[in-house]
Amino acid sequence: MTAVARRARGATSGAGRLAAALLSPTFVVLGLVVGYPLVAALRESVFREGSDLDESGFVVEGTQFVGLDNYLSIFAGESATRFWNAFGNTTLFTVVTVALEVLIGVGMALVMHHAIRFRGVVRAGILVPWAVPTAVSALLWKWIFQADGVANAVIGQQILWTTEGWQAKFAVVLADVWKTAPFVGLLVLAGLQIIPNDVYEAARVDGASPWRQFWRITLPLVKPALLVAVLFRVLDALRMFDLPFVLIGQRKESVETLSMVAFDEASSLRFGPAAAYATVLFLYVAITALVFVRLLGADVIGAARERARR
Amino acid sequence: MGVRTKALRHPVARVVAALGAAVLLASCGSGGEGGEQPAGALQGRGEVTFATGKDTSGNMQKLVDQWNSSHPDEKVRIIELPESADAQRQQMVQNAQVKSDAYTILNLDVVWTAEFAANRWVVELPADQFGVDKFLEPAIKTAQYRDKLYAAPAYSDGGLLYYRKDLLDAAGAKPPTTWAELISTCQAVRASQPAIGCYAGQFEKYEGLTVNFDEAVHSAGGEVVDSTGKPVVDSPEAKAGLDALVTAFQQGIIPEKAITYKEEEGRRAFQAGELLFHRQWPYQWNLAGKTDGSSQVAGKFDVAPLPGLNGPGSSTLGGHNLAISAFGKNQATALDFIKFFVGEEAQRSNLLATSQAPTLASLYDDEELIAKFPYLPTLKASILSAKPRPQAVRYGDVTTAVQEAAYAALTGTKTSEQALKDLQAKLQELIK
Repeated sequence: MTAVARRARGATSGAGRLAAALLSPTFVVLGLVVGYPLVAALRESVFREGSDLDESGFVVEGTQFVGLDNYLSIFAGESATRFWNAFGNTTLFTVVTVALEVLIGVGMALVMHHAIRFRGVVRAGILVPWAVPTAVSALLWKWIFQADGVANAVIGQQILWTTEGWQAKFAVVLADVWKTAPFVGLLVLAGLQIIPNDVYEAARVDGASPWRQFWRITLPLVKPALLVAVLFRVLDALRMFDLPFVLIGQRKESVETLSMVAFDEASSLRFGPAAAYATVLFLYVAITALVFVRLLGADVIGAARERARR
Repeated sequence: MGVRTKALRHPVARVVAALGAAVLLASCGSGGEGGEQPAGALQGRGEVTFATGKDTSGNMQKLVDQWNSSHPDEKVRIIELPESADAQRQQMVQNAQVKSDAYTILNLDVVWTAEFAANRWVVELPADQFGVDKFLEPAIKTAQYRDKLYAAPAYSDGGLLYYRKDLLDAAGAKPPTTWAELISTCQAVRASQPAIGCYAGQFEKYEGLTVNFDEAVHSAGGEVVDSTGKPVVDSPEAKAGLDALVTAFQQGIIPEKAITYKEEEGRRAFQAGELLFHRQWPYQWNLAGKTDGSSQVAGKFDVAPLPGLNGPGSSTLGGHNLAISAFGKNQATALDFIKFFVGEEAQRSNLLATSQAPTLASLYDDEELIAKFPYLPTLKASILSAKPRPQAVRYGDVTTAVQEAAYAALTGTKTSEQALKDLQAKLQELIK
């Protein structure tokens, strides 16, 4: 082994140590704010609070270790119906809203990109819904969808949007798309702006139609940004909570999502089962993210890694 | 994420509590904590806190200031909790689970007493120091758990039947005392007012539905739980009560959209002149009587006791009670403050400022107050005939089950017979 090589390795391990030392505060903070809650939730999910009464009517205190019981009871009996219903709603909302948001968001991005006059106004106008807090926009839509609301006045008949049924699902999808399509638009716009103009000029010289330009140039070049947007939206939609909660209400079968079930259990002070629901939701989100990244190559940090290697 | 942290606050808080307890032990080691001590042995004087929902009128603060100026060494500080009742309960429960002394006096909704008492989160109060018989009996009952007093009734509430006096007079009708009279009166009024809705209450799937369901059952002579606390909701009387509502929905006596009504939606409909009869709390009186243009029915309405199926009806009791946290310090001061706050002077001032129903019987017979609040005698009758909601340790689950059943029956996804049968099974599981 030559002296040079030895020196080089020494330098690397020195740099490694320095990097570790510099990063350790970050890891400590991450461990505290991400790691601990996760581990604590997992721990909580194998316990259950006692709820039995003694002779004089007092609750017998103490938490009990129940192993995987909380998880098993999610998939058994009455709570299984509730779980699968919530699972179905969550999945349906995710698929439908994200699909619509991608279509509308790309359209919005093109409008924002090509707007020549009043560019600022157009962009601000499109982005306003995204700036409204979800709970507030849910209240806004609740007002629109109430029995004497704007929605019924416009369509000229009385649909009870906030009761159980497909109309409730529709209301949630509409409100969610209204609010978050601009987010997709924003990310796609960022992608559009780094496409050099020359590419389009060359295409025009070759006589490519606008549709062909969009299909062959815009879409492929904007794909990385779009995939990141879709990934964000999917993860966000899977833990949808405040919109159906405020707009339609608690414990409405038609719109109950997994987050709402977990919340409901927690507010009934059944922290063990609530933690179990939250953990199941966490796994669902994690698996979806993994599949998405692997299959579609929405490489959020990979591209940066690639560049760094070069 | 918000959901996750909610579930987690619990273990995290436990660690904090353990630390706190350790510090406490190390610093002094003075005991006196926990709900074990017998009634009357409340000890400690000094500053206390008063955890309550939002003080919208500012009168609570006024009363506290009044107390503070005469008790400079035993000051009370108000801690305002979130506006929604669920969120208030959750904060108080979390506080109790970590045995924190942050809240001394708790402003409990009447349906929480059993839960808080059974978990030893609140201490037993010396009943003899409150003059229990001065209070309206149904109100004091909500403050008891297994015949022991755990709280003092500060506010009460009972349902009233608001009706359009002008339209009833024009039709030559008197306020109805039975459900059948209500329907026939409405049909008479509809001869000249075809578009008006007959009746509405609170039928959205939330606590208000439990209240309205209980009233329908009680007003038909049925019971949700009997006097020994056993669920008995699967009875012909209960079915008749629920059926009355279901049929009214089907026949359009209750407008279809009332299934989305909470208190405020119904109030807006009544004030817009869309309803002939409306089951509502007393708070609607002031708002519907406003002459600033917000109400179309100002001066045109009056109140009556709720009608029953075959005779006078029975309201469901609302209101708030004050209790002392088992983990709070200076409990003797807290007790004195509660006595002051539920005393006659304070309740009179509260009624005048907020029009919240008092719990002391004497105030309902006060000429001066009746002049100002003409509905007081009706309200007294309503509260005296009122029945409490089931006093269950797991009240949250009980009310959820009631709402599920009632909502399924009203929206037609289950027959009322099936809904009550399922509810009975569920309640037997929940109330042991």
